[in-house]
Amino acid sequence: MKLEIKNLVKKFKSTVAVNNISFVIEKNKTLGLLGPNGCGKTTSIGMMLGLITPTEGEIFIDGIKFIPKNRIKLLSLMNFASPYIELPKKLTVRQNLEVYARLYGVSNKIERIEELVEDLKLNNFLDKKTGELSSGQKNRVSLAKSFINKPKLLFLDEPTASLDPDVGDFVREYLEQYKNKNELTMLLASHNMKEVERLCSKIVMMKNGKIVDKGTCGELINKHGRENLEDTFLKIARSKNEVE
Amino acid sequence: MKWNKIYALSLRHIYLIKGSFPRILDLIYWPTIQIFLWGFISKFFTLSSSYYENTVGIILSAAILYDFLFRSSISYNMMFLEEIWSRNFTNLFIAPIKINEIIAALTFTAIIRTLIGLVPASLLAIPLFGVSIFKIGLPLVFLLISLYIFGVTLGLLVTSGLVRFGPSFENIAWASLFFLAPLGCIYYPIDILPEWLQLIAKLLPLVHLFEEMRSILIDDLVDYFAVLKACIISFIYFIIGIIVFYSSYNGAKLRGTLINMGE
Repeated sequence: MKLEIKNLVKKFKSTVAVNNISFVIEKNKTLGLLGPNGCGKTTSIGMMLGLITPTEGEIFIDGIKFIPKNRIKLLSLMNFASPYIELPKKLTVRQNLEVYARLYGVSNKIERIEELVEDLKLNNFLDKKTGELSSGQKNRVSLAKSFINKPKLLFLDEPTASLDPDVGDFVREYLEQYKNKNELTMLLASHNMKEVERLCSKIVMMKNGKIVDKGTCGELINKHGRENLEDTFLKIARSKNEVE
Repeated sequence: MKWNKIYALSLRHIYLIKGSFPRILDLIYWPTIQIFLWGFISKFFTLSSSYYENTVGIILSAAILYDFLFRSSISYNMMFLEEIWSRNFTNLFIAPIKINEIIAALTFTAIIRTLIGLVPASLLAIPLFGVSIFKIGLPLVFLLISLYIFGVTLGLLVTSGLVRFGPSFENIAWASLFFLAPLGCIYYPIDILPEWLQLIAKLLPLVHLFEEMRSILIDDLVDYFAVLKACIISFIYFIIGIIVFYSSYNGAKLRGTLINMGE
């Protein structure tokens, strides 16, 4: 699915949280949305998920405008995972996946859950309450929920935050493998620059609600004369003037 | 509206109830305590004075019906609060589920929670105090339907507040029913209220419902027109509740509060 953002603006009273951003993610590509805390990443993702009404601008998914009339149709094709939102803690992993499979109208629920259990190694805690899991296990369950409907468009907000390197690597590898086998367009918001370098074909840098730079990893590193994406990020985040 | 989605959302709450015995106990505990309390108070009055003769049945029936309203509303609020407490709110609102399906699921599931609490308490009142709510007969069904619709409406209004103001609105959720109780004329006739308050009270379905309950139990008279009037008033409030909820939801989307709703 192609995601197209056109002149998106979000104002909260006098504060401009997102200031006229535009970008495109081509079908099957992954875009990294980077920027310091409070730069407008979450607000932007919120608008793309239909949780926040934009003040101005438009969102198109495969040419279909994201408006209330198309909300259900588009939401059934996308999904979202973030460590900052959780699944009901008192329900077991299996129950949570079943509920979300039903909510997303998954036709072959049992097979789909079994597939995810296998792929994300959830077997050992499938009948445990979600609230009793470690953060690594919760993260994998949250990822399973986000893949329950085989989304064509996936939003990930810091998917490996607070994970140990082993689990973090497992998640990144899963994302790569899934993308190789399936049609999936991804938008990844992350502060882990190595993760962004590994997964994203293009990067959009935000600061103070605006897009200050965009390009491939290599292009941005070369443009700013740094050795890696982390240093490039620091240069952009700490610069007083807007880059672009 | 798709029934499988309504069922899915209801299932989330059914699993929650099924998975916790203390939760079931909690649902039964409070209505039972309420019945015991009112049962013994009315029994004391009956034994102490001939003036209060035969009041046990009326007071206890009123207590059961009021608790039915209270539990329907609280159940509705509780299920919505569960989503906020578990930080599942965002997941729910990005799922392809319509707002009217969420309202329908909460409305249907609230009845399960309400009945788990009220049925044992109502049955217990029969051997303990010789009072059976079922004596009201067929009109009981309509009284319960009207009370349920109004209870859910109060739940809808409170959840609209939660969507609009966030979890800080939680305290209002608990206080909402106590605010209306004096005007509902649950345990006393409407004539007790000052005239100007009577005018306001008549705008609520509760007055009509409880007046009718007393009329059936004391005079054995059923005025189906009064019951129908109460049902219509409840339904009008329900429609208003839905409009308020939609407006709060759209307002929350404008303010961006749906994305970070949590404890």
